[in-house]
Amino acid sequence: MDKLGNILHSLNFFYPEIALTLTFFILLLVDLFFRKSKHLLPVLSLIGYVITGYFSFTTPNASGFLFSTGMANVGLYITDSFAFYFKLIILLSLIYTVLFSILSKEINESTENRGEYYALLASFGLGMFLLTSSTDLITIYLAFEMVSLSSYILAGFTRKVPRSAEASLKYIIFGAVASGVMIYGISILYGLTGTTNIYLINFYLANQNYNTLTLVIAGLMIIGGFGFKISMAPFHFWTPDVYEGAPITITAVLSVASKAAGFAILIRFLKVAFVDYAATNLQASLWAILPGFQWNDILAVLSVLTMTLGNLAALWQNNLKRMLAYSSIAHAGYMLSGFVILDNQGILAILIYFAIYLFMNLGAFFIVMLISDKLGSEDIDDYTGLGYKAPFLTVSLTIFLVSLTGIPPTAGFIAKLYLFAALVNTGWLWLALVGVVNSVISLYYYMRVVKNMFLRESISTYEQKIELGHVLISFSLLIPTLVFGVYFKPLIELAEKSIRIFGF
Amino acid sequence: MIPLSFYLILSAAFFSIGVIGVLTRRNAIIVFMCIEMMLNAVNLSFIAFASFFGDSSGQVFVFFVMAVAAAEVAIGLAIIIALFRNKLTINIDEINILKW
Repeated sequence: MDKLGNILHSLNFFYPEIALTLTFFILLLVDLFFRKSKHLLPVLSLIGYVITGYFSFTTPNASGFLFSTGMANVGLYITDSFAFYFKLIILLSLIYTVLFSILSKEINESTENRGEYYALLASFGLGMFLLTSSTDLITIYLAFEMVSLSSYILAGFTRKVPRSAEASLKYIIFGAVASGVMIYGISILYGLTGTTNIYLINFYLANQNYNTLTLVIAGLMIIGGFGFKISMAPFHFWTPDVYEGAPITITAVLSVASKAAGFAILIRFLKVAFVDYAATNLQASLWAILPGFQWNDILAVLSVLTMTLGNLAALWQNNLKRMLAYSSIAHAGYMLSGFVILDNQGILAILIYFAIYLFMNLGAFFIVMLISDKLGSEDIDDYTGLGYKAPFLTVSLTIFLVSLTGIPPTAGFIAKLYLFAALVNTGWLWLALVGVVNSVISLYYYMRVVKNMFLRESISTYEQKIELGHVLISFSLLIPTLVFGVYFKPLIELAEKSIRIFGF
Repeated sequence: MIPLSFYLILSAAFFSIGVIGVLTRRNAIIVFMCIEMMLNAVNLSFIAFASFFGDSSGQVFVFFVMAVAAAEVAIGLAIIIALFRNKLTINIDEINILKW
């Protein structure tokens, strides 16, 4: 196939990304001419996301390589069901973020250029879409930077608020250093193998001799870069600061969507580059890792470190947003422990965990946003006695927090059950035990919020009028959180269909 | 001809100087200059490998890294200005509303 023909053929599988790109441009243009209109931009971005979702469903899931370079039979980009699953999660959280932004006082009052906000959100989404499907170190790096650059700006979007500007500066310094370390690792890997395509890297590693120590250093540097995106310890230091300082809608999307994209590329990179094709039974069993270095040991240490640090630091937080930031670090640790197994069962658990985490985490952030818009504070002490003044919101928040802890009958229990069952089945009993102990620790700080809301006398003069929009969005998040706790079969089936990575 | 390892040692030295600068310097603009230095060290090692292999993809990578670095600095400087308007300082030690 000639090059032009290959590009034209590739475009047939590229419709979702094209739709997102067009959404981005249209939002920028419309913002120039209709600056006054308040609801036009969010509605346009919602329409764009729905069209993107339509194309994601209609585009075939097994494309082969897209945008081949011509020299070898590999390409820069791939569409497979694994990427499709993560794209659904990213798209859902983008749609929820736009809905939150329409209702958020923070976004609508503290800034006059909302147009750029929605446009940047679209480019953020485009970067994450590209990241989930990239198969070449060049596209991985570019998509990674596209996500980062958009999110730096979004984190500091309410720039007149001092803590937002500060969060943004800390984010960009940490992010730039992390991506610098990652790109240095990539250059070493390129030097070792002489190619930038991860499938060719795998082919080289399986068939040629190489220096193991160099490979380990390069691999660790690259994993560090991805670990920054999923806020894995010891690259998590930006997370609490940025989550607390950024507008809460952005915190919500960072905690779910950009973490999903980071996990997608971490799993894809490790599985494609370091698994021994020939020795693995590709259907179910443990993947055979290329000899030389056991990646699971280092991943297990990182996972334990991440969940323990996140949970222990969350214990003494007084700001609810900051507490949820540490809790999201802990959840990244749980999900990482599923990856430690390095087999399809663990990946399945991660996929299920992410779908459930999407609803419960976005729900918690939504309720915190509604309350703090009225209360003017995210301090847990200011939540004292709110249970009697805003029963609907506080009961919803309680359900989300219970689900984050992982207590039945909420969906969070199912997520943790699948994860720990996978760990126990494959002989990682001690890791499962660490996870369970950590869940018990997390019970303390989640329930402290609930205790403050319901078991203490009210001191504030807080009043909340519930609007229809608040109720509808809360229910759309509450229902999955509760239903998946009881009837989770469709979710499992969807996840089982999605564990296939192209070629493996 | 200069052997490949010389370039790689120079690149590693540059990268380490950049990392040390990020960790020790207190002025936000100098921190950004150190980050640029890290990225340029990476570029050097890409170029060295590409010329060693006679393969163009490493050189293409360098162009992308340069473009991304430029975008990153543009955003970084804008953020520094936004922060300076709020706090009248760009000293990293004094930027401390958010902690533990």
